[in-house]
Amino acid sequence: MSLTTAHSVVAPSANSKRIAGVIIVAYALISIVPLLWIFATSFKTPPDSIAYPPKIVFQPSIEGYCNLFTTRTRQTPEYINSLGPATGFCDETVRKRNMVIAGPSNFLPRFVNSLIIAFGSTFCAVFLGTLSAYGFSRFKVPLADDLLFFILSTRFMPPIAVAIPIYLMYRELGLSDTALGMILLYTAVNVSLAVWLLKGFIDEIPREYEEAAMIDGYTRLQAFWRTVLPQATTGIAATAIFCLIFAWNEYAFAALLTSGTAQTAPPFIPTIIGEGGQDWPAVAAGTTIFLVPILVFTILLRKQLLRGITFGAVRK
Amino acid sequence: MAEIRVQNLRKAFGAFVAVQDSNFVVEDGEFFVMLGPSGCGKTTTLRMIAGLELPTGGKILLGGEDVTMRRARERDIAFVFQLFALYPHMNVRKNIGFPLLAQGMASAEIRQRVEETAKLLRIDHLLDKSVSGLAGGDRQRVALGRAIVRRPKCFLMDEPLGTLDTEFRDLMVHELRELHNRIHATTVYVTHDQMEAMSMADKIAVMNHGVIEQFGTPREIYDRPATMFVADFIGSPPMNFLKFGGGLARGAKEIVVQGAKVAVPEVREDIAPADMALGIRPEHIRFDDGSKLRGAIYGTEYLGTTQIVAVETADGIIKARVPAGIHLSPGEQVGLALNGPRLSLFEKGSGRAVRTAMYDQAAEARHG
Repeated sequence: MSLTTAHSVVAPSANSKRIAGVIIVAYALISIVPLLWIFATSFKTPPDSIAYPPKIVFQPSIEGYCNLFTTRTRQTPEYINSLGPATGFCDETVRKRNMVIAGPSNFLPRFVNSLIIAFGSTFCAVFLGTLSAYGFSRFKVPLADDLLFFILSTRFMPPIAVAIPIYLMYRELGLSDTALGMILLYTAVNVSLAVWLLKGFIDEIPREYEEAAMIDGYTRLQAFWRTVLPQATTGIAATAIFCLIFAWNEYAFAALLTSGTAQTAPPFIPTIIGEGGQDWPAVAAGTTIFLVPILVFTILLRKQLLRGITFGAVRK
Repeated sequence: MAEIRVQNLRKAFGAFVAVQDSNFVVEDGEFFVMLGPSGCGKTTTLRMIAGLELPTGGKILLGGEDVTMRRARERDIAFVFQLFALYPHMNVRKNIGFPLLAQGMASAEIRQRVEETAKLLRIDHLLDKSVSGLAGGDRQRVALGRAIVRRPKCFLMDEPLGTLDTEFRDLMVHELRELHNRIHATTVYVTHDQMEAMSMADKIAVMNHGVIEQFGTPREIYDRPATMFVADFIGSPPMNFLKFGGGLARGAKEIVVQGAKVAVPEVREDIAPADMALGIRPEHIRFDDGSKLRGAIYGTEYLGTTQIVAVETADGIIKARVPAGIHLSPGEQVGLALNGPRLSLFEKGSGRAVRTAMYDQAAEARHG
């Protein structure tokens, strides 16, 4: 299975390659600056983070991370001095600011919520999407075209346009501020993308594979499991990334529908501002940690992602 | 192994009839080829025997058992696809063993059976290779291996050599036939390539527009085509047709074509006046200056031992196969002598062959 690109029939000249290279590098730099800024800020002390002119070179500190994971209370210096020796770097840093650690912050549970909801909804969307895409691809479904159009039409408007009805529905159904509710919501939004993407991938797998397996004594489901699925992994991986990125980054519904137990990281991170001043390093630390799962997932599956983005242009 | 009996088989896709009223019997151990142009219904027929399509009407009996509506996996047949359908995520060994795995066979036995099969096909050295790295011929052998490893009731093959290079194809035609001679498996083979059909088949069914035009041995089909379609489809170059008019009376032994009298096999039925065609295989034409049937040399195609000569007659170009030694130049006038006992007569309207002594002799020979 070799990959060939369908475009650029004429090999690009050295000069045009160089120009393209410069543009790409420049664009990459511009895109990466905010990320680097967040990353740098997460290692600054609060005074450094609001210094003007901004500090490019600074003494790194993990105070932001300490503040992210803890809640602190202000105490008098006498009280702090009366305590025993500090139990760790965070403790020590916090005491310098006349505060003591009162307990863990909500960041970790919110982050875990994000993981559960994003991966849970991605799994559901891809699972349902794969089965429906297979059905649409292989069987004569009555009104197949209309159904596919209907599925696509759920993406014609921004999902947030239906925020109020969903808010009311969720309140009635008791799904507000539950992980289940958020998984259902993100699955519903993502499943149309999953069906359409995966149908394209499954259409490309010749049906002879399943037919061969069925003649060889397997049921359709076994044939699907043993012959179609292994060959659809690329498409499934690409689809999973798209679904995961959406569910992971989603802010508006999360802010509207979750407030406590099921709150995800995106609506939580901004609430750090205001808990005892504008703690930019803590916000930046939260954002940095928030970026990690998606970064790892994307790097692991980057080949599939590329194929997913260019699908149609790149053929086996 | 088993006999396949197809009775009044019919398949319609909406208003389009892919197969109409097919009847044939493939006897136990026979190599049967369905031959026809693309879209003639041969693959649909094969897929119905396999259970990949359900017929609109008719019956399919496998070893005497009615399997018409049974699922593919309950029919105990093997299918070789045009694109082989080798699973790219499995190696050769796993591909061949895949049908045995479905039966829940013990892994030691699978191993042994796979190795026996691979030896039979001379691919035992490839067992642990990935299928994607294999050459066309080897892929074909793996696909065959997957079919024979299970020892099914019959083999169905859908243009299995269609994607191979010519060189490989000739080799595989030979190998397939040799394999068949060794294991005597009832085989249904679909192709549009007459060379494959003629060289491998015990019996051929020539199909066109969903109808079996003729069913018979390769020799019968070549020498005594039942319809003009068969005559035109089989043979390279195909049969020549010269039109003539008027009816035929039982017992007639001569017809008039372009003003020349031509001896034909004795006619055994009465035909009302209509447009008729005389069918002549290229090898049944000789050049004879005494003949009244004349034409001008249009061109020649040298083939080594023979040459194909195109001759322009009053009724268009006809092609003759003559020894390569004869020298002919374009424009030269020649007389054409036809080998009377080997000619066919057709009704142009229906395309049907007229019953003549030649056809009857064959029928007598078969039943006697």
